[in-house]
Amino acid sequence: MEGAEGVNEANEVAQSGSFTVRGLPVGDHALLLEVGSDEAVEALHAELLRRVGTPALPAVREIVPAARTVLLDGLTDPARTAARLTEWHIPALTRDQGAAVEIPVRYDGPDLRDVAKLWGVTPDEVVRIHSGTEFRVAFCGFAPGFGYLTGLPDRYHVPRRATPRTRVPVGSLALAGPYTGVYPRSSPGGWQLIGTSNAVLWDAAREPAALFAPGTRVRFVPQEEPLTPGQGGAAAHAEGTPVTEGLPRQSARSAANEVAR
Amino acid sequence: MTDSALVVVRAGALTTVQDLGRAGHAHLGVPRSGALDEPAHRLANRLVGNPEDAATLETTLTGCAVRVRRATTAAVTGAPCPVTVDGRPAPWGAPIRLPAGAVLEAGAASHGVRGYLAFGGGIDADRVLGSRSTDVLSGLGPDPLAGGAVLRLGTPHGPAPCVDTAPGAGPVRELVLPLVLGPRDDWFTARALHTLGRGAYTVSPASNRIGLRVEGPALERAREGELPSEGMVLGALQVPPDGRPVLFLHDHPTTGGYPVIGVVPEHRLAAAAQAAPGTPLRFVPRPARSRAGR
Repeated sequence: MEGAEGVNEANEVAQSGSFTVRGLPVGDHALLLEVGSDEAVEALHAELLRRVGTPALPAVREIVPAARTVLLDGLTDPARTAARLTEWHIPALTRDQGAAVEIPVRYDGPDLRDVAKLWGVTPDEVVRIHSGTEFRVAFCGFAPGFGYLTGLPDRYHVPRRATPRTRVPVGSLALAGPYTGVYPRSSPGGWQLIGTSNAVLWDAAREPAALFAPGTRVRFVPQEEPLTPGQGGAAAHAEGTPVTEGLPRQSARSAANEVAR
Repeated sequence: MTDSALVVVRAGALTTVQDLGRAGHAHLGVPRSGALDEPAHRLANRLVGNPEDAATLETTLTGCAVRVRRATTAAVTGAPCPVTVDGRPAPWGAPIRLPAGAVLEAGAASHGVRGYLAFGGGIDADRVLGSRSTDVLSGLGPDPLAGGAVLRLGTPHGPAPCVDTAPGAGPVRELVLPLVLGPRDDWFTARALHTLGRGAYTVSPASNRIGLRVEGPALERAREGELPSEGMVLGALQVPPDGRPVLFLHDHPTTGGYPVIGVVPEHRLAAAAQAAPGTPLRFVPRPARSRAGR
């Protein structure tokens, strides 16, 4: 293990049995912890959540996991935090065996055939493989309620579409790279669309507002019948405003953002 | 309908409700949001006897006008501008007593970009995740103001203001921003760092609450390839593929896949938010404090 030299680039600040953590400075009040795999991110994130609020990890405003990193923002002294991390042992991941969130899906996306071709299987096989996989929310971003879900083996990773769509409908189940995602609202997007869900992924009036948070386990459940809008998912308690509401205003807002013309 | 309300007479280019934002939800993809010129927002609240986290109106370049239904105290801070009450000149940066039915107008900014209008009791919009701020990236919080819209006011609290006036800052000839290098400065050439400090940039009119965009030379990459998405902080200077850096302001996305060459300290972001399009811009790169003592 490396000594407590503060936050230097390529400085190893902690280690577990199977991976090391590099600490990178981000301004004067944040620290970016970088590891080599999404499994390592998961283990590190779990350990950070266990220790937050203890002397090992005092005041921190945000803990933001991502693909290969966990960002700690709002630290008084990032170098000190990094130094403390050298003393950490990050245990191997023990998976929470609680129930997965179930998301009803109609596998009817316009790119289902293209994905089947990329996978070298039939569209029916795509449905079988995808709905037979247990996913995990690796991290969130892009929009409130949007989770980047991992779980598909490498051979099923697909590129983004060569030409992004100007409008991807709300509830679209989509693939890109190693990730599966569900669009919490309609937006432009370049992911491959394989299905549609009626789950309300984000509802600011609901507690919790987000159906997907980092670490949430997810299963997609194929549906034959048309889906009733806003009724789906483990969000049995979801009865707030449909996420589509306010979308026209969103584009108006984007236009208004271009200030100072 | 309640008397404790104001009616939008002129919405201006973009006027939003802002408080101190909704920190603590970045891991769910929720931006921090909140007033871009936080000191000006806090001052406006102090001038009317509000707590500093009460919601104000944040205007953009062209100000706005509102009619109050009940008598209240108001203050206009941020970008200096002419202020009138029912067409008569009123002080900027000082408490103004408004009789019931009066129209308060903040005119176009004489310099700067964002103005703040505080009212006794604050703007009482519904809170989303603890904040009344409009987030233009995600669409959280109240809609931007539109003509004819009615906004509730809270109950005035607190002691009378102890400040009578507040000094305004003069126009900024050049925006100079310190830049703490990292986390991905190693993705760029030494020449790129030199370019940042050379003063070759101006503030772009395409700037908004999400980011301050710049016009000027592209920053040269030392390495190609894609960066896996990582968490982004307020003040991050992100460099998209066209090489023109974007300074992340309060409504910035919480994760991003372009390298961040450095971070502008938060206390300098108010100045960035007040820099009008065309303002010359220079960065002063320095290593992170934790690296400097090596």
